[in-house]
Amino acid sequence: MSSVQPLPASEPSSFKKVQKGETLIEIRNLKMYFPVLEGIVFQKAIAHVKAVDDVSFEIKKGETLGLVGESGCGKTTTGRCILQLEHPTAGDIIFEGVNLNELDQKGLIPVRQKIQVIFQDPYSSLNPRMKIGEIIGEPMKVHGIQPDPGKRRQRVAELLSICGLNPAFAERYPHEMSGGQRQRVGIARALSLNPEFIICDEAVSALDVSIQAQVINLLEDLREEFDLTYLFIAHDLSVVHHLSNRVAVMYLGKMVELAESDELFDNPMHPYTEALLSAVPVPDPTTEKQRRHQVLQGEVPSPMNPPSGCVFHPRCPLAVDSCRQVVPPLEEKRPGHWVACTQV
Amino acid sequence: MAKLLDIKNLRTQFRTSGGVVKAVDGISYDVEEGETVAIVGESGCGKSVSAMSVLRLIPDPPGRIVEGSIEFQGRDLLQLSAEEIRKIRGAQISMVFQEPMTSLNPVLSIGQQLTETICLHLGVSEQEANKRSRDLLGMVGISDAARRLKQYPHHLSGGMRQRVMIALALSCEPKLIIADEPTTALDVTIQAQILELMKDLSRRLGVALIIITHNLGVVARYADRVNVMYAGKIVEMGSAEQVYHNPQHPYTVGLLASVPRMDQHRGKRLVPIEGQPPDLTRLDAGCAYRARCRWAVDRCTAEIPPLEELADKQFAACWRSGEMQALRREAS
Repeated sequence: MSSVQPLPASEPSSFKKVQKGETLIEIRNLKMYFPVLEGIVFQKAIAHVKAVDDVSFEIKKGETLGLVGESGCGKTTTGRCILQLEHPTAGDIIFEGVNLNELDQKGLIPVRQKIQVIFQDPYSSLNPRMKIGEIIGEPMKVHGIQPDPGKRRQRVAELLSICGLNPAFAERYPHEMSGGQRQRVGIARALSLNPEFIICDEAVSALDVSIQAQVINLLEDLREEFDLTYLFIAHDLSVVHHLSNRVAVMYLGKMVELAESDELFDNPMHPYTEALLSAVPVPDPTTEKQRRHQVLQGEVPSPMNPPSGCVFHPRCPLAVDSCRQVVPPLEEKRPGHWVACTQV
Repeated sequence: MAKLLDIKNLRTQFRTSGGVVKAVDGISYDVEEGETVAIVGESGCGKSVSAMSVLRLIPDPPGRIVEGSIEFQGRDLLQLSAEEIRKIRGAQISMVFQEPMTSLNPVLSIGQQLTETICLHLGVSEQEANKRSRDLLGMVGISDAARRLKQYPHHLSGGMRQRVMIALALSCEPKLIIADEPTTALDVTIQAQILELMKDLSRRLGVALIIITHNLGVVARYADRVNVMYAGKIVEMGSAEQVYHNPQHPYTVGLLASVPRMDQHRGKRLVPIEGQPPDLTRLDAGCAYRARCRWAVDRCTAEIPPLEELADKQFAACWRSGEMQALRREAS
């Protein structure tokens, strides 16, 4: 891998330079409610989908935080709120000491450089009419950090080779590449602006096992080489466990557990996490025969009308009466191990 | 136990503008009564096509089964007339597809879809079929069956729809169910519910299962025997224990090393399989895996290795499978 020269960027003074191990981004009481509209001409909100409901966490520089949960639990919405692709209903997102919710579109421009995203679907996230070189070069053009076309081409070639692709691919179109190669293009594009923080939203979920491992290793290498911080959103628990330092589990818009990766997988404390882990089969027939398989009954309730109290209580094996009324706070039950359950 | 399904040298090809795609290229395997066989492999390896071939569901053109035999209870399905195979589909061999939304008819109620199948194959009265439909829904864990029968697929969640698909598959007491990625579209907790249900029903009713999947964990938990496919061929075959604990084909070794393990501590780097799967229109005289194989030798370019028995009922198609244990040890 070749090393990349940092590009000169105009840094507004309000952003603090964060050292490794310090808090890079902090999410405080984030809420994102989507209105459910009725009517065609005169629309009014008849209800709200509580996609993210009072979620707080922080990510340290150089760390990878994994965010897991089933479809509809709000993990992607959390990512989109951080990217300011949604305007949160309430809460603060503090990145390098600046509250992103207080910035206007213009103020967000430097943020868009620092926070990048890698999407799930390598087919729909690349413009089919643009060449790979244009796709990777465009962010640099937009942000004016490499206005000279010759130098930009050079940088694109560099980024392609960092991501394990032949620099000649710059002249190709997305349809000429395989899924794994396209995902590498998506990664090269995210890197083109020398970001601090990358949100990987199901970045390896669409890939076959052997290709997935290649991309996982690439993400790990890039994290080391460029001091990156990741928010790794995925539903595949094995992948999240492998890549993340800490893991947060979400259920129906709430964060139910947060701990060091190995700690969470060895000693899950929240009944939902426990059920989730036991539902994932591990690739070893002998281990599988010995494992206890706890099958969770029922399905995830609608986020439009979530259960009262603890949102997990209708499916919870430990639920008691008080769970129906009291929303359990996320508490530190062991050092660094946070759980939102009154019964553990 | 007796052989229920015996596939010999099956070849299914598709004619495309880019050339002939050898989607399934000479595979042979069998399924015994009541057992669960998994077919595992990555996209495009031919696992779905091999299953569709069993029920002769390959669209022709462009597809065609060019060679082989598929014996089901002693009859070669490839020799049957269209009328005869239709009597087998859904009745003796049924199928559960990946996408429960597109495999149920959106304009027919759940009840209509179930009773239609039952009346058609079992020749019973509509009342009888109705009663049976209610029982079936109960069996797959859907409560309030009478109400559900009147509902349409869009009323149901993904997991519910897959339960209905399973009820449909079971409706005529088949001997064999082919499940093509039955839980890929579902969340993990729902996936566990559906797979436990299928396994439980197959045990109780003595139905054999072919599970087609790319998920190595699902295979480990549910399969008795495993067929690993790569580029249209079975490259390794054996019991789940044999294949996972003592893989004899470099592709199987590679697959197992590339999955992250949730049950082991972090810090170990994954060992991916380098490169890409080959273009199925351009397969040559050598082993299709050799370009990605770390142990390839000259012979791999010249000749395709046959699937040979190495140990008790464990087969692999590799010239070097005899040394595989040593090679694996050396690599780790």
